[in-house]
This record gives sequence, C-alpha cells and structure tokens, in this order.
Amino acid sequence: MRMWAQSHLCQKPQRVTSVLAAAFALIFLILGASQSASALPAFARKYGLRCSACHESWPMLNFFGQKFKDNGYQLMNDRDAPIWQNPGYWPVTFRIVPLWHRVSTNKVRVDAGDGSGESKISSSGFDLTGLDFHTGGTLEKNISFYVLPSSDATGSFHFETVMARLDNVFGSPWLNVKLGKFELDNLLSEKRPLTLTGNGGIYQLYHFMPVGSGNIFGQMGDNQLGVEVMGHSLNDRTRYSAALLSSNDGSVGLPYGANSYSGFFTASQAFDAGRLGVQRLGFYAMVGEAPTTWLTDGGPNAAIAGSGAGNKGYSREGFVGQFYLGQHFDLTVVTQHGSDSAWFGQGYGDLIDGVATLNNTPGTVLPAGSRNPTWNGVLFEPHYVYNPQLIFIGRYETIRMSQQSTPGTPSNLGNITSYTVGYRYNPFMTSRAGLAWHTEYNWFHQDGTSPVSNTNLTSSELLMGFDFDF
Amino acid sequence: MRFIGAILFTAMLGLVFAAGFTPRASAQDAPDVGPTPRLVVKPMESHIGNITGHAAAAKSDYRRYCAGCHGDLGDANGENAVWLDPKPRDFTIATFKCRSTLTGTLPTDEDLYNTIQRGITNSNMPVWNTFTRQQRADLVAYIKIFSPRWEKEKAGDPIKVPAEPPVTIDSIAHGKLLFTKLECWKCHGPAGKGDGPSAGTLTDSKDNPIRPYNFALGKDDSRFKCGNTNEDIYKIFMTGVDGTPMPSFADVIQPNDAWDLVHFLRTLQINRHGKENEVLSAAHGAIPPYVDKNPPPAAAPADNKSPGGGH
Repeated sequence: MRMWAQSHLCQKPQRVTSVLAAAFALIFLILGASQSASALPAFARKYGLRCSACHESWPMLNFFGQKFKDNGYQLMNDRDAPIWQNPGYWPVTFRIVPLWHRVSTNKVRVDAGDGSGESKISSSGFDLTGLDFHTGGTLEKNISFYVLPSSDATGSFHFETVMARLDNVFGSPWLNVKLGKFELDNLLSEKRPLTLTGNGGIYQLYHFMPVGSGNIFGQMGDNQLGVEVMGHSLNDRTRYSAALLSSNDGSVGLPYGANSYSGFFTASQAFDAGRLGVQRLGFYAMVGEAPTTWLTDGGPNAAIAGSGAGNKGYSREGFVGQFYLGQHFDLTVVTQHGSDSAWFGQGYGDLIDGVATLNNTPGTVLPAGSRNPTWNGVLFEPHYVYNPQLIFIGRYETIRMSQQSTPGTPSNLGNITSYTVGYRYNPFMTSRAGLAWHTEYNWFHQDGTSPVSNTNLTSSELLMGFDFDF
Repeated sequence: MRFIGAILFTAMLGLVFAAGFTPRASAQDAPDVGPTPRLVVKPMESHIGNITGHAAAAKSDYRRYCAGCHGDLGDANGENAVWLDPKPRDFTIATFKCRSTLTGTLPTDEDLYNTIQRGITNSNMPVWNTFTRQQRADLVAYIKIFSPRWEKEKAGDPIKVPAEPPVTIDSIAHGKLLFTKLECWKCHGPAGKGDGPSAGTLTDSKDNPIRPYNFALGKDDSRFKCGNTNEDIYKIFMTGVDGTPMPSFADVIQPNDAWDLVHFLRTLQINRHGKENEVLSAAHGAIPPYVDKNPPPAAAPADNKSPGGGH
C-alpha cells in the first residue's frame, strides 16, 4: 500500500517552519491525551495477543514479532495448526488509509507556461491509499502461507505476496523453505514501514537507480518471485537467509529474461545488552544478472516477452544495525554499496511497455569509456516509543554516486537526500483491530534530475490520516 | 495562512476523533469491569543470579505483551481472557502452577523467570525468549505488585531433587504400580490420554474447567506445562500444580518412588524417542508386574523370635 505520489512541492523555509510548528503542537496535545495500542488483526485474533506484542508499532515488527514470522506465523505453543482455530475464524485483514495530504514538486515539465518549460506544482486535498487484503497463517502445523492482493488507490489489484512455506523442516528452525512471491528478508522491512508518503513510504536505498540506468531488477524493496531458504536459532538471535530469484522485479508471466536469476543473502546476530535491550548486526547482499538483449517482433524495439538474454551483472550489499538504547529509543542503520554493469548504466535492460528502447543486439558496442556506475548510501531511522500507543519516527537517507557510467557526467547527478519525520498514535490497544492517527512530513531532494533544465529536483509531502486495519 | 489553517483543522479533527473514540472502545471491550482504578507500581524487585529486576522498568513491557490476557490489574481479566482456554494466571491471588517450592508457598524468582522464558505448552502463553534477561527479571518483579502476598511472605525453599536413578524395566514397572495405586489414572486415564473417569469433572481453583495432561500427544518435542526434562516432571509430583486438582505427593511417596513414576510416565509418551521407551522396547514392549526385591520385613508376631535372635 503506497501513495506513489512521487512529485511534490518545494516549501518556502518559513512555511516549513510553520508546518512543523503546527505538527509539534499537535504532538504535544496527543501526548497529553495518550491512554492505552494495536496489529495484523487476523494473527492477533487467532492467538489472542495484542498487536503490540508483535509490533513495535504496527506494522513494524519487534523481535517477538520477527520470531513469530520466522517460525512461519507460529507461536510454537502447540496451538498453531488450524485444528485449534475457532471454526468461525477467517484469517483476513484489510488495511487502507483515508487521508489528507499536500504534495509539492519544485520543477515539473509544463508547456511553455513561464517560458522555462518547468513549473512548481503544489496540490492538496483528501485522498486514499490503496487497499491491502492480507490473509496468512498455517495450513497445517509447520506449513504456512501468505496471500496479499493489493490495489492502488484506483482499485486496480495485483498480487503483492503469494507464498507457501515449509517451516522447521526436519524439526529444525534452521531450515525453512519458502516458494512464491515474497518480501526479501530485509531486516528493515519496506513492507512494514511506519511511513506512508510517496517518497518517505519507501526506502530510497532499496530502489535506487543511477540516472539513465536500465536496471529495474535490483530493487530489493520490491517483492520478488523465487525460493528462499532461511533459518534461525530458537530465540531468533541468529538468522540467515538465501533466496534464488527470477530477475524480473516480481513481475509475473516471465516478461523479461529467458534465463536470468538473482540471489539475495542475509545473516545477522543479535546480542543481549542488558538494560539497553537487544542489539542486532547483520549484512545483506543482492547479486544477480538480468537481460539486455531482446528478440523482437513487429519492429526493432518491439521486444518479445521472455526472450531476454545477454545477461549483465549487478550487486547491492551492505550492513544493517538495529540498536536499542533503553526502552524508548531505537535506531536502525542500513548501508549500501551498489554497482551495475556498464550496460545497465547506459540504459540497456528495462522494457517500457514491452519496448526495448535500447537493445544489445549482436554487434552493439557501448559508448567509449562507459563504466560500471557505482554508488554508496546510508539510512538512519530512529524511533522514539513514548509508550506502546505513541511512536515518533524519523529517517535520513542519503545516496551518493561514486562513479557515473558516462565519463564527464556531473559526479553528483542523481544523488539523493531524503528526510522524513512523523508520529503514529493508536487511540486504543486490543487484539481485534488497529487504528493509528498518522502524521508525516517528507522532504526529498535529487541532484540534477529536473525534467528540462537538469537542475536539482525537490519535493515534499505532508500527510495526515487514519491508518486502520481489521 | 489558509494552508496552515487547513492543517490545523485536519489535525484537530483527527485528535478529536481519536480522543473521542477511546473511552467508547474501552467501555465496549470491558463492559463489566467499570472504571479502572489507577495502578500503583510498588517498588518490587526480583533477583535472578546477578540480575536485579525492578517492577517499574517492566511497566511498558507488561502493558505491551502481557496485559491483553493477564489484565492491566493482573487479575486475569484482559480483553482476550474470555476467549482463552486455559485461562490466564490471576496474579492477584499469587497462586502459581510451576514452582520448585512446596505446595501452597510462593515460587522463587527463578521459577517465574523460567516460566516466562519457557512459555506454557497447550496454552496461549508463548515462549518469550526474545526478551533480554533483564526484561524477564523486570517482569518477574512486576508480577509481584499485584498481590499483597509478596509483601507478607517469602518465597518457599526449592525442594531438593536427588540424582535420577538409572531407568530399568523394574523402575518402569514400579512406576506403573504407583500410577495405579495413587489413582493417577482416574484423571489421566489408564493409558495417560487424559481421559480418566474424573477428567470431565475437573475445575481449577477459579471453577474454570480444566483438562488433565494427555501424555500420548506430541513427539520428541512434547513438553509439559512446567518444562520438558525428567527433573521437571519430578518437581510436578513433589510440589503439585497449585490452583489445579493436581496435588503434591511430597508427603506420600519417597524420592525414588517419584523417579520410578517419572520413568513410567515417559513410556506413556508413545511417540517420543527416549531412554524409557528404549528400555521398554528391549522388554518387548511389555511392562512386567512389579516384584519388590527388597520387601520390608514382615511384622513379626509379638511372641515370635527372629531367626537369628537369641534370648
């Protein structure tokens, strides 16, 4: 469920100050009114636990919720098989957010309006996110499933997640096998964010592509099709996962490579740090190949689905740290070093509406001096949990190109900086349903990517709404 | 200004809705409870090894993880309690099932700590082993705020558990004899399937129906409420499961007898691979009648003399 409102406005500084002042005033009002919080209600209803047992603040998991997920949505308390469920139990949850937001982008391509061909556009109003239908649980003890039909805000549906999983194979938590379309085992999950805005609702680090790149395949924030093996210790302190994925960014119907695969690997270890809490350190790596060559039918660029060949490589790797500093404050840090083949850097790879704008047919050569584009990024996401009902969220992301594909390209082209702040307040806390009053502000900046003048692009979004699920 | 006004209007609208819904939601969740008195967090402590737990530090964790079942006041009236079977523990009466202390006494801090870490099988109490040791110790201290017993009484002394004797077919046979003699079968059933003639009539100390343990369920990973080792089963005999019809046999059987009973009960776990079932298999799956090789001397008539005795 995303807003996908990627274009927003550039606030005047004093306006930003006023907005933040208003938001903070509201925060303090709510602090005074705070009483008692909520989660994926289908699981909460099944097990009779409050949402807060598994969620730091829903949908973000805490360690107990992560262990529950790693166990295949099982508490391992001999009440996991469907035989224990009330016959009237139906494991479905829906989630949608009615909201008000104001989005603004400083430079949007326009028809000669002010002579420059670019204009600032700001708009505000009431809106909706898409709708998610979550259904998941156990088919039998140690066999679990998850199906998530998800729509955009217009009601157009797709399958965000469809997977079945064999849990605790050979009676060991170290071996679990999952097949289908699923979220990659990111320690900081993009599918469970505490943010909803167009640019703040995703992790830029998980979707970054150098300007002009044709590599859509390395988006580790998107759910992917494949098979995953993962394991963990009984208390989930030690975790690993390894996934073999089709290099198609989760698209069904084999639209891209004829024989293109990627891998995603993670491992992490948590430590008991006494009063500070549990600290976790880990790494991830996504390495793969994706096509740049297409057979065509109907013209030189009319690619035939599934005919992709000429695989080229790419990689994303980094470290993840989750640090708890007492009961109220935690900080997640994710780093990334990314690298694409020069072919992707020059725009080969992606099909847009079935068209191979660039096609690496026999004899094709790259422009002289083309290099592998590389970059480095880091993400900091602090949370302050005032109590289980109220959480304050912050995020800072920055991505810096370290090598452009084309020599002579400005070194900062495509660099991203993004700030997000917000809070979520849950007015009640039960095991039946969840409702959060959500307020968030995101400021996004990218160097040299305005559509006409190739100057800096800045956008922002303020969003408030009721995030609820039942 | 219009922009800021719109923001404030929307934000205030959200606040009014959120604040307005809260009391109604609470009232609907607990219609019979009435106004909730403010809970005073007493400065209770727990001591687990070299860790000291403090009640005040567990307030947030208790609310986040425990209160949904055990209730904000520890009275087993959380909003989920009505759906649960067995019911959650009522901390206000400070009666605990899993103890290393004699029946009727308070458990040790380690007993409560281990229960949180282990969870309780065949119930909704999960394994909370994702907590830090400090978190668990703090929660043990927090549990104590709900009952005045913790201020007036000390925890009982842990019972002494003698070393387990070897498993033999004789010890199993003796255990079987005790199983019959002590009428364990009346609740647990002749084959330990929890289907004895009294099984349907059992209630706990709060008059909630309760079922005896079914030994036949589960495989190698089968657990008992209070642990999964032979020592844990031994403790159950000797301390009883307070708040349930399962009594303590500390005054009835000797330690070696208790171990024999443990060995027999393990054979009722027919799908479990363990030394007891191996010994039973070696005996071709049949438990022979128990023959006491060291019977106590028969009581002699007053006028009889012992064979070796003189005048």
